[in-house]
Amino acid sequence: MQFEPVIGLEVHAELQTRSKMFCACPVVDLTTAEPNTAVCEVCAALPGTLPVINEQAVDYALRVALALECQVRRVSVFARKNYFYPDLPKGYQISQYELPLAQHGRLWIRTSQGERAVRIRRVHLEEDTGKLTHVQRDGETYSLVDLNRAGVPLLEIVSEPDMHSVEEVRAYATALRQLLRYLGVNSGDMQKGVIRFEANVSVRPAGSQALGTRVEIKNLNSFRALEESVAYEIRRQMAVLEAGGRVEQQTLGWDEARRRTVPQRSKEEAHDYRYFPEPDLPPLQVDDAWLERVRAALPELPHARFQRMRQAYGLTPAEAELLTAERAVADYFEAAAQAARQQGVPTKMVVNWVTGELFGRLNREGLRIDEAPITPQGLADLVALVHRGELNKQAGQKVLAEIFARGGGEPRAVMEALGLRQVSDADQIEVWVAEVLEAHPAEVAKYLAGKESVLNWLFGQVMRRARGRANPQVVRQALRAALEARRG
Amino acid sequence: MTWTPFASVAETLRALESGAVSSEEVTRAYLERIANLEGRVHAFLSVYPDEALAAARAADARRMAARRHPDETLPPLLGLPIAVKDVLAVRGMTLTCGSRILEGFVPPYTATAVQRLLDAGVIIVGKTNTDEFAMGSSTENSAYGPTHNPWDLSRVPGGSSGGSAAAVAARMVPVALGTDTGGSVRQPASYTGVSGLKPTYGRVSRYGLVAYGSSLDTVGVLAPAVADLVPFFTLMAGHDPRDATSMDLPVPAVDLTDAVEAVQGLRVGLPKEYFLAEGMQPEVVQAVQAAVRHLETLGAQVVEVSLPHTEYALPVYYIIAPSEASANLARYDGIRYGPRVGAARMWDVFYRTRGRLFGPEVKRRIMLGTYALSAGYYDAYYAQAQKVRTLLKRDFERAFEQVDLLAAPVAPSTAFKLGEKTEDPLAMYLEDVFTLPANLAGVPGLAFPVGFDEQGLPIGMQLMGPHFREDLLFRVAHAYQQTTDWHTRVPPVAR
Ligand SMILES: [Zn+2]
Repeated sequence: MQFEPVIGLEVHAELQTRSKMFCACPVVDLTTAEPNTAVCEVCAALPGTLPVINEQAVDYALRVALALECQVRRVSVFARKNYFYPDLPKGYQISQYELPLAQHGRLWIRTSQGERAVRIRRVHLEEDTGKLTHVQRDGETYSLVDLNRAGVPLLEIVSEPDMHSVEEVRAYATALRQLLRYLGVNSGDMQKGVIRFEANVSVRPAGSQALGTRVEIKNLNSFRALEESVAYEIRRQMAVLEAGGRVEQQTLGWDEARRRTVPQRSKEEAHDYRYFPEPDLPPLQVDDAWLERVRAALPELPHARFQRMRQAYGLTPAEAELLTAERAVADYFEAAAQAARQQGVPTKMVVNWVTGELFGRLNREGLRIDEAPITPQGLADLVALVHRGELNKQAGQKVLAEIFARGGGEPRAVMEALGLRQVSDADQIEVWVAEVLEAHPAEVAKYLAGKESVLNWLFGQVMRRARGRANPQVVRQALRAALEARRG
Repeated sequence: MTWTPFASVAETLRALESGAVSSEEVTRAYLERIANLEGRVHAFLSVYPDEALAAARAADARRMAARRHPDETLPPLLGLPIAVKDVLAVRGMTLTCGSRILEGFVPPYTATAVQRLLDAGVIIVGKTNTDEFAMGSSTENSAYGPTHNPWDLSRVPGGSSGGSAAAVAARMVPVALGTDTGGSVRQPASYTGVSGLKPTYGRVSRYGLVAYGSSLDTVGVLAPAVADLVPFFTLMAGHDPRDATSMDLPVPAVDLTDAVEAVQGLRVGLPKEYFLAEGMQPEVVQAVQAAVRHLETLGAQVVEVSLPHTEYALPVYYIIAPSEASANLARYDGIRYGPRVGAARMWDVFYRTRGRLFGPEVKRRIMLGTYALSAGYYDAYYAQAQKVRTLLKRDFERAFEQVDLLAAPVAPSTAFKLGEKTEDPLAMYLEDVFTLPANLAGVPGLAFPVGFDEQGLPIGMQLMGPHFREDLLFRVAHAYQQTTDWHTRVPPVAR
């Protein structure tokens, strides 16, 4: 029997606003900040304190909602989600329940099957919890509470159960992370836990429209955990069904070490959250003016940019993928390509230089594109020097390396300083060719006897004599001409 | 004229201004009264004599300095001692909410309403007794012992702001802050013969008021005369960026001059449902009717009106307030505040601490609220209660199309005996039957004394007005007090 997996994702993304969702505490890097240094009486939930909505968080959430083509509710309502846990200082989490900020959107994903949209069910705002660390001391277990994360704005983005393969899940997660980074609301830094996933997975006989019994896999903090756990669950459920069994509805966690899903404690499952409207916050009103302000400030989104750049620069899908992965990369490439175009340089050359030489250097040095020591204009100038034959390719790479080494510099000046200007002067090159042929009569004889491959060796000798500056095309021509002349 | 602790707020301020008395003398006089009466009344949970006197001396120094610089303006209430109900946070003073679970907790911040008064120069002499987390109508639910009604020490002062009401009635302080979620300012004011304001919901910031029923909680004030309340209300009122439910509306100055003349032509509505309740004490009905006739003699037009959903106020309140409370009180886990009941397992620490340190009424309401919000019951209870609440609000809106304000009894009877209703929660809840609707509708209410029953116990009347019309209530009540003297009576124990 053929089975089809059905997968939906819930993504929790922190919004990297200046301050927390309901108080003035700063949003800090949780992996480096000292515990409990970004805490006030509001996010510690001391008695009598009250939450106030951070408008910047709403602004960020609206960016995401609009980018996901959602319908934004003009009035949405915060609710209390009641549950008791030591990392939740109020004893309830302020979230949105019945009336979320936005609904009915979609996200474009690309897989080997092509492009398609995954429907978004809802996007809502809530607050993060604190963090517990369990330590052993004097034979006893203690739980330490860090409230730095308590009250950090979280956006929950829930998809419809629209995905049917691990590849689609990966594509969705990647596209969403990319979108959040484009919008400037989340760093996408998975190691810092700023994006977390929950997957619900079921399988059904292929062609069936009914949904199978689904399980939820919670607390997935990396792409790898997401993909592996979903793949594992699909396999497990198929095996259960194939053996004639029934899939049990349950909440699972991912055991990283044993590479398998494991049931979570039933105690945590049995929650009745007793949601009710948060009386401390009036309904959140978003008027047309606010929405238009956010819409007008939206950057070009990854999907649109991918399409446009493919067209405008004649990119292959793989190139476009690479060049639009990050907004800063796309910006850099476009600026360089346009500057190069003005100097008559073909875009293809810029693509190769950016994805090859530049990315290679950045990788080696561990730099982000916005930290590159060469500006887009500089790169365009460098590629133009190569294109015009003033630099050969190897010399161009040397110039780039030098600019990285110096932490900056203008390509022509660097070229001059290194004495790398390409020699295309035929007279000069003929002199070098003559000298090389003079010095290697045996090799010349072999060539004249029909051993064509010696030509490349002789070419190398000429280039060496020219210290790499000679225009290779002119060298080849001169070399062949000189050799043929010797045939008599 | 020599100053006495029976002086009104205005008189005391004038005496301080003229130098007839110093803030230190005023503060010392009230502290002495507290020392003399507290053993019998038990109005306070904490008193800060040294801090209060130091603040008084600082106020006096400031006044002295200002005499040399006549163009310097002094804060309006400089050097005036007050008391604060112990559900409002004051930095550096314990905040118990009348509960063992918060014993010893000292907040590092001050409630906005209190801070505005401190900025205006008041001196806080202490924190007053309250039913635990303001849940109660007699102050008997305080974990630190009940407050006694100064008019009859064997009786309750009402609640939950019973400590504040008793302190004011016994003139242990000239003014005290209270809070009103279902009548907790007005009902004790009525039981102790003082005046008490519950402002419009959203008028005074709730920041720093320990939440009980968040959609109902208000910060109010109690004093012998309505005129004493006015400066406190106007200073506390107004938008607070730290309370998203506080309204960004201007607070009009309350002008009490010619208040008597202004009653002329006002339409006063008598909601008939407030006079028909079962088991009402006849003297209460008679006293309120007499007070209304008095307003008529001042030129008011009295009309009977109907608030048809009044009978549902009690059940609606006892779903909504406990539901909100069940969430609001979840944070008291025995880890961060107060004493801890130890256990081997973390969860047992929570369970045992909450089980032992919350009182029975608090636990009853947490359970009621948890039940009303539970899956499968939410629609039948919480959601339904919200719908009926809307109908109750509409009752008031309709009434205020016909009349300018409403006059009604505060409570069905006068102060009852200590212990009389502790075994019967429903009988206790019925004490609030006339005060709950104003909280559910969010409208302002002002209670003040309009007579005494045969046993010499005070009877209160309340005026209720449209949202944000506290000024109207003040003017009419002041007109009444300008032409009567019930509010000047002092309980024998305090004379
Ligand atoms: Zn904070």
